[in-house]
Amino acid sequence: MSETLESTVRRICRSHGGDPTRLMDIARDVQDRFGCVAPAAMDLISRITGAPRVEVESLVSFYSFLSRSPKGQVVIRLCDDIIDRMHGYHRVARAFSEELGIGLGETTADGKISLERTACIGLSDQAPAALVNEVPVTELSTDRAREIVAGLREHMDPRRLVTRSGDGQNAHPLVRAMVRNNLRQVGPLVFSEQVRGKAISNALAMSPAEVIRAVKNARLRGRGGAGFPAGMKWEYARASTGERKFVIGNADEGEPGTFKDRVLLTELPDRVFAGMTIAGYAIGAKEGILYLRGEYAYLRPYLEAVLAQRRSDGLLGPKVAGKNPFAFDIRIQMGAGAYVCGEESALLESCEGRRGDPRNRPPFPAQKGYLGGPTVVNNVETLCCVTKILEAGPAEFAQHGSTGSTGTKLLSVSGDCRLPGIYEVPFGTPLAEVLRLAQGEDAFAVQVGGPSGQLVSRTEFTRTIDYENLATGGSIMVFGPGRNLLEIVHAFLEFFADESCGYCTPCRAGTAFLLRMVERIAAGRGEPADLARMEELGLTMKAASRCGLGQTAANPVLTSLVNFRPVYDALVKEDPEGFRRSFELDKAVMEAELLSGRRSKHAGIEKGGHR
Amino acid sequence: MSARPGERQKPKIATVSLAGCFGCHMSILDIDERILDLAKVVEFSRSPINDLKKFDGRCAVGIVEGGCANEENVEVLREFRRKCDILVSLGDCATMGGIPALRNSIPLSECLETAYLDGPTVVNPLGRIPSDEEIPLLLDKVYPCHEIVKIDLFLPGCPPSAEAIFSALTGILGKSRPDLPYELLKYD
Ligand SMILES: Cc1cc2nc3c(=O)[nH]c(=O)nc-3n(C[C@H](O)[C@H](O)[C@H](O)COP(=O)(O)O)c2cc1C
Ligand code: SF4
Ligand code: SF4
Ligand code: FES
Repeated sequence: MSETLESTVRRICRSHGGDPTRLMDIARDVQDRFGCVAPAAMDLISRITGAPRVEVESLVSFYSFLSRSPKGQVVIRLCDDIIDRMHGYHRVARAFSEELGIGLGETTADGKISLERTACIGLSDQAPAALVNEVPVTELSTDRAREIVAGLREHMDPRRLVTRSGDGQNAHPLVRAMVRNNLRQVGPLVFSEQVRGKAISNALAMSPAEVIRAVKNARLRGRGGAGFPAGMKWEYARASTGERKFVIGNADEGEPGTFKDRVLLTELPDRVFAGMTIAGYAIGAKEGILYLRGEYAYLRPYLEAVLAQRRSDGLLGPKVAGKNPFAFDIRIQMGAGAYVCGEESALLESCEGRRGDPRNRPPFPAQKGYLGGPTVVNNVETLCCVTKILEAGPAEFAQHGSTGSTGTKLLSVSGDCRLPGIYEVPFGTPLAEVLRLAQGEDAFAVQVGGPSGQLVSRTEFTRTIDYENLATGGSIMVFGPGRNLLEIVHAFLEFFADESCGYCTPCRAGTAFLLRMVERIAAGRGEPADLARMEELGLTMKAASRCGLGQTAANPVLTSLVNFRPVYDALVKEDPEGFRRSFELDKAVMEAELLSGRRSKHAGIEKGGHR
Repeated sequence: MSARPGERQKPKIATVSLAGCFGCHMSILDIDERILDLAKVVEFSRSPINDLKKFDGRCAVGIVEGGCANEENVEVLREFRRKCDILVSLGDCATMGGIPALRNSIPLSECLETAYLDGPTVVNPLGRIPSDEEIPLLLDKVYPCHEIVKIDLFLPGCPPSAEAIFSALTGILGKSRPDLPYELLKYD
């Protein structure tokens, strides 16, 4: 056995050049092969690649798709997000649990099947959803859960669970996923007709500086959330010195409720890759990386085929054809289940084979990024926009949207609406219009921009979607009447507490504290002072966290405290004697009562309401 | 206690040590002869300093050393809250749990077994964990005071310096927000 382990790990390491910066790929392959990266395997990886043992361990412990102890041959990962919970997650989870005879986080006694929960897997428009190994299964019901388990027991082949393929390229033989695109509104830019190769030949007919100017003239801002002007970022990277420069397509799409990049990668991968190629030409990079979140591994063979096709068509490779031929190629880097890796500097760490801890800035990636070289990181949708700009010209692009926010935005709409899915709308569209299109007008609350965005109430529905007003990376979660506000806020905080990398105290401890405070308030044990305390803590987290995760993790609390204050006010109460209502003496002495076999003298006689 | 009509009654101060080591009280005594100045303007009510075991009236200030480790601590702290206008958490044990809170990550049963049965220095021929009516039941963990009652002022340090305590007290009694310079605030 140890012989096979050793020779297999050796082979895997060799296939990645024994390169310690490719530890992600090595660990993923070992995990796939053995169902875990056991300590003995880590020893080997460390010895063969020369990476310090502790770095291997630290990497394995960081990513949720990697584990040091064995998992089942098949791992079922249920998306446990608020949207799925609203669509019957708990029932479905129970059905899986009963059918398998195990709880969440456990593996069947025969070592065959593991059941786990995970954060949003980018299928919020077809919730409840799950991944069975790499295979997405959507719109789950209790019956479907039982069928899946029965099927797996019979053949142990997740791919055979796909009975019917989805629309568009989801039916491509290399994808064959039951996922649907749910493309509800096609706009004039991203999803417009295109001529393959035209953007690149236009770009290569210009000088790199002219290409950057075109992107600047289109006033393109990043679609990944932060909204940084793309042209400016490229200019920095072009001006930075470095022998090797890089372009990274950010396809980590981890913000719960966002799934537009999934549809772009499915339907328009050529546009994404063209955008990366144009960026490479503009900044002087020869190498590109598409960082694909582990949850989208089912798209990888298809994307590899698209890349291969582009190479043979002269759109990638040593000589990208055009007026000024240049060399550019793209590889795919798989993630392994970590939201924070979407943050650009954590993403770089991950690409270099380490745990996804964000870096200190400066230096910014454009100055010193992947392997120390100047690196442009752009969102998948931004890259599609680049392709459109170079194809149709900056003026055509900038005529859509508003002055400060040009172009269109892809929105991923999910939750309590009749038509969840993707909507391409011009910037400046009021939220109310989006709700009308998706038929979710009776919403009492909408989370704009995912958990890190804002929770807005009906009075805010007239606000517009753009960088100046309601900024969003694309996630629009609709909550209908009767939904519990605190449950929503709690789910978002749970997400952040799970995903915090743990480096800084304000984020690591702050998310845990907020979570507990919200739990207390929801249980009716909050006090008015708690609300002020949460606000203060939230502002501290914003000010003192190192990366965007911690800086935005308090947003669900902070924005709901402003927009839904009466809900909180109705739940909190002052104690007339100045006692903390969250402390329950009878619970605190319970263990000692059990151990000593006598009852407390003080608990139980507590006055009104405390017992 | 009965003030003669027309005479202004001196405000009272109460102090107590809950799950603390009395180090904070030693630090109170460290204000040395200034305690005489203090005695001119205040009167000590329930406190280990004068060994008074019960409140003899409402207090302007209550000073609490130590967090809450058992049910009696909770009762005493609640009584302080009821009887004091301003409640001060004094020292790291009161404000954060301090050393006693080191047990918080260990199950209670294990703590007791190590302390009374299995510990390397334990001599306990009866092999029993003491459990008498007179011994207050332990809480599941050690709580800082502000998780039990509302606390008005926090004075960190292990212990806070006499200087910090004196400045804080004169500030409170002077009805101003105590102005504690950075050097006096120590988080240990
Ligand atoms: C916690 C966190 C997660 C992020 N996740 C993503 C993501 O999944 N996809 C993405 O494009 N940008 C994500 N970002 C933003 C990136 O850091 C970066 O700003 C973006 O990729 C830049 O591309 P753009 O300018 O084209 O938007 C994330 C940021 C933070 C702080
Ligand atoms: S803010 Fe949170 S996620 Fe970001 S570096 Fe700090 S601990 Fe890590
Ligand atoms: S804070 Fe320090 S001095 Fe004060 S009671 Fe605790 S251990 Fe003793
Ligand atoms: S896939 Fe479940 S919320 Fe996104």
